Amino acid sequence: MKYESQKVALYYFAAAMGLFGVQILVGLLAGTVYVLPNTLSELLPFNIIRMIHTNALIVWLLIGFFGAAYYLIPEEAETELHSPKLALIQLGLFVFGALAAVVGYVFRIHEGREFLEQPLWIKAAIVVVALMFLYNVTLTVLKGRRTVITNILLVGMWGIAIFFLFSFYNPGNLALDKMYWWYVVHLWVEGVWELVLASILAFLMIKMTGVDREVVEKWLYAMVGLALFSGILGTGHHYYWIGTPGYWQWIGSLFSTLEVAPFFTMVVFAFLMVWKSGRRHPNKAAMLWSLGCAVFAFFGAGLWGFLHTLAPINYYTHGTQVTAAHGHLAFYGAYAMINLAIITYAMPYLRGRAPYNQTLNIWSFWLMSGGMAFMTFALTAAGIVQTHLQRVMGLGYMEVQEQIAMFYWLRLGGGVAVGIGVVVYLYAIFGPAREERPVAVAGGLQAAE
Amino acid sequence: MTERFTKAAARNIFYGGSLFFFATFVTMTALSHNYIVNTSTDKKGLTEAVVRGKHVWEKNSCINCHTLLGEGAYFAPELGNVWLRYGGDKDPEGAVMALKGWMAAQPSGIEGRRQMPQFNLSEKEVEDLAAFLEWTSRINTQNWPPKLSG
Repeated sequence: MKYESQKVALYYFAAAMGLFGVQILVGLLAGTVYVLPNTLSELLPFNIIRMIHTNALIVWLLIGFFGAAYYLIPEEAETELHSPKLALIQLGLFVFGALAAVVGYVFRIHEGREFLEQPLWIKAAIVVVALMFLYNVTLTVLKGRRTVITNILLVGMWGIAIFFLFSFYNPGNLALDKMYWWYVVHLWVEGVWELVLASILAFLMIKMTGVDREVVEKWLYAMVGLALFSGILGTGHHYYWIGTPGYWQWIGSLFSTLEVAPFFTMVVFAFLMVWKSGRRHPNKAAMLWSLGCAVFAFFGAGLWGFLHTLAPINYYTHGTQVTAAHGHLAFYGAYAMINLAIITYAMPYLRGRAPYNQTLNIWSFWLMSGGMAFMTFALTAAGIVQTHLQRVMGLGYMEVQEQIAMFYWLRLGGGVAVGIGVVVYLYAIFGPAREERPVAVAGGLQAAE
Repeated sequence: MTERFTKAAARNIFYGGSLFFFATFVTMTALSHNYIVNTSTDKKGLTEAVVRGKHVWEKNSCINCHTLLGEGAYFAPELGNVWLRYGGDKDPEGAVMALKGWMAAQPSGIEGRRQMPQFNLSEKEVEDLAAFLEWTSRINTQNWPPKLSG
């Protein structure tokens, strides 16, 4: 850690990890309700459980992005943050808003569109928080060194704020509502979030492999270019069956097929950089998370997305457990893992210790990733059976659900592995730091930061 | 990547290309907006009751168990065509009656079966909800879903 103000990232990461814990706990509860449906059914019905599960995910990922930005921007811009104090006030407001939302949800205070359930005042608070963030980092970047990484990161973050504004538009016409709802949801996760992901990955590669910045920056442009060229019109794959014109079936199929390209490029990029450098960064866990992120994003967002993105296939799979399988692995691979990677990388510097608890952290990687992969396989199998029985044979929904009950048990098993992985990860990150191989680590730190 | 492919070129391609694709996307959504309002949905039938019904749908967060036109949670049946499953296209009054009966009977309390909460909707709210679901069932969805089962 070269700049004192980077320290604010520590608080962001702590808050993100707290909400990560909430997300996983509530996710385990949701998985339990699937197999034992009477669980808490009157006290906390499934719709509220799922609302908390998805909202906690989105909020912790965003807090992680903010933290990552506050960590890497001073180093990239070679200057202290414009205002560390503002950054902390921003965090306080955001965490307060998030907790208020969760408590409100439990008491059935919410709006009613998927993922945008936050009451109006919390939506407004999110905009205020985003503006505080953008003001802070933009001024920091303007007074310091401009790099491609900070530029792309800022474009991504500005995009997040701008597209969120569509959440305030809720027309009475359901088809219109759905079309613009995707301006937030799709243009976030298959658009501007990919910019944030790619720039954090590029930062990690520069720091850990020591490969020349010029090379990394060209790759970064290639990755984000492919992401937006495919992803923007790729929104069309949500416009097949919601009352939008038929031509979206062609556009959506073509461009969302191309959405695999940026994720494939990320895999090639990450492995090529590591292979080219030949250096061994002492923080092996951070390297594992970074490479794992590229691979899992490719599988979850890329391949599992492609699996059901062509219109003739999607006609049958749309809104089945196939979608759930894709959603889980994509969010984990692309966005949870990039956060876990930057946190694993930054934590030793933020806490002023050499890389520590490496073995535990690596264990948590395999537990979480193995659990998520297993969950994805289980849900994919469930989805394929469901598609056939319900969409081809025409059996009733609940009847079909009974046929695939076993897969939900398997999914819960995967979830338990993830849950254990999270506990191990949190201990590895926040627990007592055991210095491992202090001499080698000190040498390694000077060779590559 | 070759030396001739400069960083400046990469940057220009990224920003120029993104703007191009975004402009294309916005144009096409504008056309789709027009298509939705005038062609694929029932403009005249979008009554106050339908809009109120949409609000009932949102206020009770139905989307976090059910899907509507395939979007939502996957915990409970698709409702985009539930009006047709209830036979509402042939006997609208019967369908509304059936819906009232269904809403009043929740939760079923049956062991081992997924539970739908009791939302304590007023008679008018259920009627508005039915109007919303009826209107939704007539959206031109390119013949989705493939079966009546949703």
